[in-house]
Amino acid sequence: MPALAIRNASSKAVLLPTVVVMIVCFYGSILWTIYISFTRSGMLPSYSLQGVAQYVRLFHTARWHTAFANMFIFGGLYIVAAIVLGTLLAILMDQQIRLESVFRTIFLYPLAMSFIVTGLAWQWFLNPTMGLQHFVRSLGWESFTFNWIVDRNYAIYTLVFAAIWHGTGLIMAIMLAGLRGIDSEIWRAVRVEGIPRWRAYLRIVIPMLRPLMVTCVVLLAIDVVKSYDLVIAMTKGGPGTSTDLPAKFVVDMSFERANIGLASAGAVIMLIVVLAAVGPYLYFELGRKNR
Amino acid sequence: MRQVAIGGVLPQTSAGAKARGRGRGSPAGRIGLYLFLTVAALFFAIPLLIVAATAVKPMDEIRQGTIFAWPHAPTLAPFAKAWFSACTGLYCQGLHVGFLNSVRILVPSVILSIFAGAMNGYALSQWSFRGANLILTALMLGAFIPYQVMLYPLVKIFSGLSLYGTLPGIVLIHVIFGLPVLTLIFRNFYAGMPEELVKAARVDGAGFFRIFFRIMLPMSKNMLIVAFILQVTGIWNDYLLGLIFAGRENLPMTVQLNNIVSTTMGEAEYNVDMAATLLTAIPPLLVYFLSGRYFVRGIASGAVKG
Repeated sequence: MPALAIRNASSKAVLLPTVVVMIVCFYGSILWTIYISFTRSGMLPSYSLQGVAQYVRLFHTARWHTAFANMFIFGGLYIVAAIVLGTLLAILMDQQIRLESVFRTIFLYPLAMSFIVTGLAWQWFLNPTMGLQHFVRSLGWESFTFNWIVDRNYAIYTLVFAAIWHGTGLIMAIMLAGLRGIDSEIWRAVRVEGIPRWRAYLRIVIPMLRPLMVTCVVLLAIDVVKSYDLVIAMTKGGPGTSTDLPAKFVVDMSFERANIGLASAGAVIMLIVVLAAVGPYLYFELGRKNR
Repeated sequence: MRQVAIGGVLPQTSAGAKARGRGRGSPAGRIGLYLFLTVAALFFAIPLLIVAATAVKPMDEIRQGTIFAWPHAPTLAPFAKAWFSACTGLYCQGLHVGFLNSVRILVPSVILSIFAGAMNGYALSQWSFRGANLILTALMLGAFIPYQVMLYPLVKIFSGLSLYGTLPGIVLIHVIFGLPVLTLIFRNFYAGMPEELVKAARVDGAGFFRIFFRIMLPMSKNMLIVAFILQVTGIWNDYLLGLIFAGRENLPMTVQLNNIVSTTMGEAEYNVDMAATLLTAIPPLLVYFLSGRYFVRGIASGAVKG
């Protein structure tokens, strides 16, 4: 019917550029990257397929091993710490405290800062000759040593500190909103039953907030896979390549080392990790909505 | 989807907690509570305080003292040097170059991306058609994808269009990467508006654009503020996209800051580095302190964007 064809024509026309951008820039680029990862591309893109050779090479690259393992060390510690600390802070903030807005402002402001600023602030704070170690030694504890940021075995953990500093406020805010949304009937029941408050949180309230917590974990997991700026500003991937992450590996291989095939293979692995984190979540989230 | 999960509960205030009238616990417990909160507050406050303290100290005070020492002879000279003459590589023009570049990138990117997101959200929610949900789902998935997966092809596409390494190029990149999240939050917002509103306007003969500009946009003030915060902090704090797409002439402030700190000629001037760091942090911090509660909503709705 011609009338139907032009129905909502303005709406379709408005969305056309978005759809084109989405198909070309998002999905087209993703497919392009996936395709390149199966070619012999080196410095220049090549379009002759050669199977999974780039992936084989990738998993024989020591630097990628470090980067890939770091993503799980960094991510695992960061996510657990941010969720635990954020939830704990949210619970404490929910005890009708004074100066609540002051505390909230302090917990949340790091979110406004870029990862570059975050990384630079923390590398200064942890600088062994000028920062925290120097300060503690100046207090008289001469043998105090905290030089993790320049130690290839421990530098990755300093990134965790900085990331926790940056991201915990968001978890606190989300969990606090969740706590305030808990039905007051539940608290009344807890009081009537005489259940200690800490047990009520542990056994009743936090389990109720589990969907919110899952959302937080997914948000943080995506952040972890994307983490690039923080490493650049804080350690530049060093000492050596000890704090490399997949996001940095891929950018370096694409733009500095001009190794496009290997970079694309790394990018595809990143994509798979994100999909593994997001896929089940979206599935259940959408499933719940449709029910 | 994040809006569904989080946005619904965020605007609540402590009124609920008060009405609940929970007990306050033992005095010892209260002290422990405040003690823990104070320690946490110190953890969050100290890095910024140290940056600020270092930025106003002369170099010999930094060398002789510690990071926690109170500045004895505070000076603004490090700020002046950072702003006007700090070096990146061979160029010593200071951070103001990066600041101006960031402003030039920020203003058009923020305006265009919010406009596009609002228009898309309005079209998808109020003038829905077959396939609209597919578009929305595809966009939503796009919000999760790491930039690294699209970076190299995008460079190729932008080179082909002669946009790579140009100001319009980086602006377009920010608009493109802003589309998923902004479309999503505006769609959810407009979907919550009463249908009768648009129906009545349509009966009166108002068209798609007239309804958008005359009715929807003026009613979206809160959402526009959230989108503004999200985009200003997101684009100002961006590093990767600016580094790759802006071109040498348009490098944003974050990129220049990192270059300044990485460039050492002779002895590192920590006070200048920290002054530069603070200067780069000020614009988003201002947005944060001025926007109050809107900020959490903005960041929460943009957390996916990373």
